[in-house]
Amino acid sequence: MQDNQIVLSLEGITKRFGALMANDQLDLTLRSGEILALLGENGAGKTTLMNILFGHYVQDEGVVRVAGKVLPPGSPGAALAAGVGMVHQHFALAENLTGFDNIRLGTEPLMRLGSSRAAARRKVEQIMGESGLEVDLDRRVAALTVGEKQRVEILKALYRNVRVLILDEPTAVLTPQEAEGLFAVLRRLAANGLGVIFISHKLGEVLAVSHRILVLRGGRKAGELVTAQADRRAIADLMVGKSVAELKRTAPEPGKTLVEFRDVSLMRGVARAPLVHANFTLRAGEIVGVAGVSGNGQAAIAALLSGLALPSSGQVLLDGAPVTSADPRALVTAGVARMPEDRQHDGVVGTMSVADNIAIEEVRRRPFARMGFLNRKAMRQRALDAIAAYDIRCPGPDAEARLLSGGNVQKLILARVLEREPKIILANQPTRGLDVGAQAEVHRRIIAARDRGAAVLVISEDLDELFALADRFLVVHAGEVTDAGPSTALDRSTVGLLMAGHINTAAPAIPA
Amino acid sequence: MDVLFDIFGSANFWAAAVRIATPLIFGVLGALLCERAGVLNLGIEGIFVAGAMAGWIAVWLGAGLWGGVLVAALAGAVFGLLHAMLTVILGLSQHVSGIGITLLATSLSYFTYRTALPSVTSPPRITPFQPIAIPGLSDLPLIGPALFAQTPLTWLAFALVAVIALLLYRTPLGLAIRAVGDNPAAVEAQGLSVQGLRIGAVVAGSALMALGGAFLTLSAFDAFFFGMVNGRGWICIALVVFASWQPGKALLGALLFGAFDAFQIRLQAEIGQVVPGQVFLMLPYLLSILALVLVARRADYPRALLQPWFKGQRH
Repeated sequence: MQDNQIVLSLEGITKRFGALMANDQLDLTLRSGEILALLGENGAGKTTLMNILFGHYVQDEGVVRVAGKVLPPGSPGAALAAGVGMVHQHFALAENLTGFDNIRLGTEPLMRLGSSRAAARRKVEQIMGESGLEVDLDRRVAALTVGEKQRVEILKALYRNVRVLILDEPTAVLTPQEAEGLFAVLRRLAANGLGVIFISHKLGEVLAVSHRILVLRGGRKAGELVTAQADRRAIADLMVGKSVAELKRTAPEPGKTLVEFRDVSLMRGVARAPLVHANFTLRAGEIVGVAGVSGNGQAAIAALLSGLALPSSGQVLLDGAPVTSADPRALVTAGVARMPEDRQHDGVVGTMSVADNIAIEEVRRRPFARMGFLNRKAMRQRALDAIAAYDIRCPGPDAEARLLSGGNVQKLILARVLEREPKIILANQPTRGLDVGAQAEVHRRIIAARDRGAAVLVISEDLDELFALADRFLVVHAGEVTDAGPSTALDRSTVGLLMAGHINTAAPAIPA
Repeated sequence: MDVLFDIFGSANFWAAAVRIATPLIFGVLGALLCERAGVLNLGIEGIFVAGAMAGWIAVWLGAGLWGGVLVAALAGAVFGLLHAMLTVILGLSQHVSGIGITLLATSLSYFTYRTALPSVTSPPRITPFQPIAIPGLSDLPLIGPALFAQTPLTWLAFALVAVIALLLYRTPLGLAIRAVGDNPAAVEAQGLSVQGLRIGAVVAGSALMALGGAFLTLSAFDAFFFGMVNGRGWICIALVVFASWQPGKALLGALLFGAFDAFQIRLQAEIGQVVPGQVFLMLPYLLSILALVLVARRADYPRALLQPWFKGQRH
């Protein structure tokens, strides 16, 4: 670290969205050469705060000072001019332009005839050399990988000689290796005197890259600590606001068979990868985990159990009765609850309200339908109850579902499907992308449903999640399903071998 | 075969093709500018009528031909501003607003005409732009009359193709216009005004469209008639897609259409006894559809076309 002067200070920032208090009297200071992590769950107000700093939103109260000078609110142009740059989570790039043109965009007076490309080019290349951010500048952004797009975003800011760089959940879209590369770049930039604000909800990377951590919760500051002295457990508690309880799980009491896959094959079609001669059962009161590397037949199992496809051969039996048509509504009526893999895309209709989305599977039945008309009052009431019971953070039942964060969308889906007390639950990647608190909540609900007597199938790529939830394991590899037995008799390496296709045919594969 | 040879061999045919293409060049450039910024302007058909009407009546009132051109452009700009207010500021449906502008501009033009000339059966004539012959070049066979004996407005149209191309690809403003039609978030994040860029593009584009209308009354004909625009605006909307939103290809598309149209008129005269005339009238449109089917599959739409943007909006 060099001179350590304060480059940025936020004082008493408050922002409301309707009834939602997104930021409540927040203060923050940043010194040059410092990497400050802004940590918090989804909906804690991190992104809102940074959008105020960058001028996308106008705060209701409070001031932003950059190098001591007050920043006029609501103007990204003013923020850039003052030396604040932002790398957006959803990249703010024009895909029809080259990386170079995206970097130049808005840096010259608009009414100029011609433009000085050569000088701009030299400057960008110099920055690339110094920072280690290598990108093919002449390719259209549409043709770049996600990692390259992010590098263009950072170059955009550096080209403007920013003193403060904000990165909003930069690693969400990166592979672990790309994330490591990004951290190296950030350390180098900070060593040269740049102030960096790093937004994240991932504890591990925050500990790895930051100097100081500011924890937000419910729009308020929950704590501030120096990374070197921070304790992982303590930070997690700060984020969630209460001690994250270890999941309690009693031994399963499996009842009758509710789902049976009898020699089921599904060739390519609905699912990317086929399923071949799958035999397994799912019983009341147990959670069965499906482990496997993505694309080994999970999508086929999910499609069959959601009513999106019929087997090419073999039979799927629900409570003893074979499924005869690919009809999602029939399966819902038969008591199947579905939590789809891509919840934002397949789980909700973004432009419809929270209330509509909660009622959507039952709109033909009472109380939501009366004599063929929708009963808006009942739908609203149900939504209000669900928002309270499932802690769905949103402005209200009339808010559009697309405005909800991932965790809250998942809670909405839980509220939709669990209220009916379904007999069978398909949970496909139930906590992918969720923060610690939301994750624990989803797990608790799933276990509660099992204890009530539901048969649950959890498909996940996260082995920790499967070991936390599943009573029994299935492992898929190349479309083949192996019954790996009860989870108590398994360890990670055994499951890992099965996932890689090492099937032990000698009796049940239960190592000592 | 002789018939075809006669047609394509006549300088008259090529001159007509360029003449028919001229209003389309103005229109397609205008539509292209609007759409590059992310705004579909279906007001084009009505703005053509308004330009034709305003330009002609200004000249009739004694404004001079170039004065008429200016008045037409202003009339187009006013309707463009209205469209921009509705679609860019208020974020209303671009389709609905555009159709509304077309109906409004057309009716207002007819209304003005009737109010100004309550009792005439045929409109008063003005003296339109005359072809400028360029000594030497105009005497070349075939292309001489086609390219070098046109009126000043045709020259202007050709010049504007180059101007728009330079604007889009060689200036900071053009870079911003191309970006705002693809991802307004990128433009806002670089400190530029999404609304300002879009309003400017729609107003300027609409002024260009009106010049297409003015060409009809001030150059191709010498008076204003009801129904004289006759779908030219809609053709421009199709030509933009054909042109993949590029000025050079837009010029090519307009000239192709002009050639088809000039061809069908002559073919009609030659073998109109055998085949009903309506078939020939259909020809340019059928060919446009065919061209669109071939091209549109690969069309690279501006990604933000039709999408309103509000400041501070989240994805």
